[in-house]
Amino acid sequence: MVRAGTHRAVAENRPAARKWRRAVTGWSFAAPFTVLFVVFALLPVVASLVMSFTDLRATDLRHPFAVNFVGIDNYTRLFSDAQFRRAAVNTAVFVVIGVPLTVVAALAAANALNSGLIRLRGLFRVGFYLPVVTSIVAIAVVWRFLLDPGAGLVNDVLARVGIDGPNWLGDTRTSLASIIVMAVWRNFGALMVIFLAALQGIPVDLYEAATLDGAGRWQQFRRITLPLMRPALLFGAVITGIGFLQLFEEPLVMTQGGPLSSTLSVSYHIYNQFGFGNYGYASAAAYVLFVAIVALSALQFRLLGARDDR
Amino acid sequence: MTARRDLIARTVLYLILIAGLLVVVGPFLWMLLSSFKPEGEIRSVPPTWWPSHWTLVHYRDLFARLDFPRYFANSAIVAVLVTVGNLLFCSLLGYALAKLNFPGRKALFLIVLGMLMVPGMVLFVPQFVLVSNLGLANSYAGLVLPFLAGPFGVFLMRQFLLSIPDDLIEAARVDGAGEWRIFWRIVLPLCRPALATLGILTFLASWNNFLWPLVVATTDDKYTLPVALALYSIGQNRIYFGLLLAGAVVVVLPVLIVFLVLQRQFLRGIATTGLK
Repeated sequence: MVRAGTHRAVAENRPAARKWRRAVTGWSFAAPFTVLFVVFALLPVVASLVMSFTDLRATDLRHPFAVNFVGIDNYTRLFSDAQFRRAAVNTAVFVVIGVPLTVVAALAAANALNSGLIRLRGLFRVGFYLPVVTSIVAIAVVWRFLLDPGAGLVNDVLARVGIDGPNWLGDTRTSLASIIVMAVWRNFGALMVIFLAALQGIPVDLYEAATLDGAGRWQQFRRITLPLMRPALLFGAVITGIGFLQLFEEPLVMTQGGPLSSTLSVSYHIYNQFGFGNYGYASAAAYVLFVAIVALSALQFRLLGARDDR
Repeated sequence: MTARRDLIARTVLYLILIAGLLVVVGPFLWMLLSSFKPEGEIRSVPPTWWPSHWTLVHYRDLFARLDFPRYFANSAIVAVLVTVGNLLFCSLLGYALAKLNFPGRKALFLIVLGMLMVPGMVLFVPQFVLVSNLGLANSYAGLVLPFLAGPFGVFLMRQFLLSIPDDLIEAARVDGAGEWRIFWRIVLPLCRPALATLGILTFLASWNNFLWPLVVATTDDKYTLPVALALYSIGQNRIYFGLLLAGAVVVVLPVLIVFLVLQRQFLRGIATTGLK
């Protein structure tokens, strides 16, 4: 009797037991990552949001009860802060001008390398990719010398063709533009690799058919290449945009945000506020940046989705 | 006629590409050559390409007068620990997400994926508060811990593992192998290409990482190379051009060598994942 009873109990339990075992196995594989992830990523994301509604300062860390909730004060202060507004405009200009230039340069390089005429394709690909893998800090140090008004290579090249080059990083009219050009120089190789992969995915017979129909190179590019590359182009633009929104090392090393805040970026402003000990305020600024990044990503999904529906 | 037009087109294309290559690689060459010039020649107007007088004085300064051996070691230690951590933790979770069925799996994947969008600027202030309260500010643990488990690696490992047929794993299960044994003996060896890609990308990202070490390393015995270089370049050493250029070479050269040796794997990995 007893034996039969336990036997039935085990049988009833079996699916539940198996489910339990699966959960234990799955989570034992997931646990190491998840613990670190929760403590050092998930918790900080939430904490940052909470902090952005407080007046937390560096000096409060030992007296957590001195911290007050201040509602959206940090956010309203942010948008009346002339420095932040300047930083936001600079960052927007950097993204709006820098991203299209990067995409166009990458598209040109990818098409040139894909044209079939080119030998040594590997050499060019590796060469164009070099700046992508190197430290931005190191690149910024080198470019600071290249752009030096007297001893810099850039103005030396310009002088040879009779142009008197400006003080690139020391003049408010050229400082941000100089950093944009450097960013395009550093980043187009990354997109070029993605675009090359997309180009190689376009069926060759499409071009053959177009050639038979008498379409020229330019027409083929506009009617075949561009439309078929749309997802890759959008993806590249968004990835680059997300990176460019976080502009930080270049102005820090090259201009310290100057002259006259002409190269101050949002990230640099956040870092400065952190340095002043204004943790709550810095978190609010960081969340504004975060929202901009999420909006940009959402835009990509929207645009790609719109195409798929058609 | 068409042959001639093709030749012209090809020549023009080559000229443009070579010009582009010079513009991209030129600054690196100038950096390398100038780091061997005496201070006076680096500042000379007009600038020179080839050193008229070779000197190692800047490298001697970096390694003897300044603490660059220490920064180099710090960068290497941090990058190795971060890479090992990501290879291990991301492949464990990637395997669980791709091949094991457990409650909360989908939600976990979505949350980890969402974290890809979160910029370091949002994380570093609370991370700094946390690490300081744990007493880990200005320590190797503080430098490494927040980067041991990155979402990108999970994404990469999961995608790769989805392409491995279930039959292999099922067969081992039928043979009575435990889940951990299956993971170590069958799954990880199959993952070698993905692990190589993840390892290279993680190592480089850590080597070049700037914001976090800048914030958490407060005394110069814990600086990594980019932090030391950036602080020298805006501190009192900013006027020693040769020193800064040699410092940039020390930061860049190991990465360039790794990249040039492994470029095939590297560029393939990037093209397939579509991420930097």
